[in-house]
Amino acid sequence: MPRILLNLIVHHLHLSSASKMENLLGLTGKDFTIVAASKAAMRGATILKASDDKTRSLNKNTLMAFSGEAGDTVHFAEFVQANIQLYSMRNDTELGPPAVASFVRGELARSLRSKKPYTVNLLLGGYDPITKKPHLFWLDYLASVAPLPYAAHGYAQYYCLSILDKHHHPDIELEQGLKILRMCTDELQRRLPIDFKGMLVKVIDKDGVREIDWDSSKAVKSA
Amino acid sequence: MNSLVAQYSRPAFRNEGFSEREQDEFSQITPPLSLRFAMPPIANPSSFLRAVTDDHSNPNCPIKLAHGTTTLAFRFQGGIIVATDSRASAGDWIASQTVKKVIEINNCLLGTMAGGAADCQYWLAYLGMQCRLHELRHKRRISVAAASKILSNLVYSYKGMGLSMGTMCAGVTPQEGPALYYIDSDGTRLAGNLFCVGSGQTFAYGVLDAEYHYDLSEEDALELGRRSILAATHRDAFSGGFINLYHVKEDGWVKHGFNDTNPIFWKTKLEKGEFSNVTSELV
Repeated sequence: MPRILLNLIVHHLHLSSASKMENLLGLTGKDFTIVAASKAAMRGATILKASDDKTRSLNKNTLMAFSGEAGDTVHFAEFVQANIQLYSMRNDTELGPPAVASFVRGELARSLRSKKPYTVNLLLGGYDPITKKPHLFWLDYLASVAPLPYAAHGYAQYYCLSILDKHHHPDIELEQGLKILRMCTDELQRRLPIDFKGMLVKVIDKDGVREIDWDSSKAVKSA
Repeated sequence: MNSLVAQYSRPAFRNEGFSEREQDEFSQITPPLSLRFAMPPIANPSSFLRAVTDDHSNPNCPIKLAHGTTTLAFRFQGGIIVATDSRASAGDWIASQTVKKVIEINNCLLGTMAGGAADCQYWLAYLGMQCRLHELRHKRRISVAAASKILSNLVYSYKGMGLSMGTMCAGVTPQEGPALYYIDSDGTRLAGNLFCVGSGQTFAYGVLDAEYHYDLSEEDALELGRRSILAATHRDAFSGGFINLYHVKEDGWVKHGFNDTNPIFWKTKLEKGEFSNVTSELV
């Protein structure tokens, strides 16, 4: 794995613990990908905004969720977004999710060797309308990429991957996918000491990207 | 002359038997909780200990404590389930894969170990001794509340001196029914229905919280405990080895095996289709 090597080279680059409080979750099913991001925008001990959208659509059928260093995140996302759109205009063709992931990883890798690298973690969810397959890519600020059936960033990794390990299956319907996601967000609400203001949930499928109404006002039952 | 004789003579047998301090200790009804350990001749023992053991800030620290663990215990309708992994790691090194992290204090009381292996082994064994003494003095078994309080008072008396332990006491007594307590080396002592302790705690909490409810059947509860430890051994680098599973019932605890995680993992994956991110084929 390249990540291990890179970890050795740029060991001094460390994500701040605050960005661990930003949770990203993603999972794929039979013909869709769900991407969820926590809604709190935090600086120090303050929540600046409780309805932050940590996602950008890169084209009709790929969505990128981001977390990490303040400022870097949106800058990088919109830079990538503009370049993906530029590519489509120049070549009159949409890039599929794997191609988008390769491009984003390339940009992160280039940035990593620059004077001021982007410290951004990403989840890239997509649906390929040609092969009719869902895609999910996990990328970190050291520019490693992994195609996965489900993935997470931040503290969600510690609490939700074990839930997904148990409950996820590759051929699930959207309804089942949302049920599993609910298990994950409930667990985060239950165990994280800081309120992350609920999750913004988006689905990518054959019809493109759409937001799903996600109610996190109900208190979760705790043992 | 008399005064001179008095100065240089001493009563016969003066050095035999017990010293005054020892007699004091023996005449006390209960011995002092805190054993009088000699402290190292250093101004601040705890900061010294931190300097030589803190792997995180100093990877070259001379002493690597055995730290990683996953332990869990939860109360349900049929009693208490206690489950642990069996890995002991010292820094990056797996020191053992066959550690018993459940200590059988008596036939109704169990303790779990997480944190420093030596601290846990020593003080839980000591707790076992204190519980037996309580039993002999009072002619009845100690309550879980009292046992857990002995431990919490003890670790609190050593607070700031570098103890590292996160333990759970689970047991059933006639007066309290099934009881579960969490005790850590900060001096925290909490009664509760469900606790996971150790570096793999979050992974265990994930699986356990999602499906836990008090009315679980005995079979489902055992399976959930086993599956939660499996989840943690899969995701946490410092947990692994064997799954040690216990069920505490009204008439004592029952051991449900000490089973290798590897075959359980592959059985779970291949038969139930879980862990879908792990491939069983060579790519």
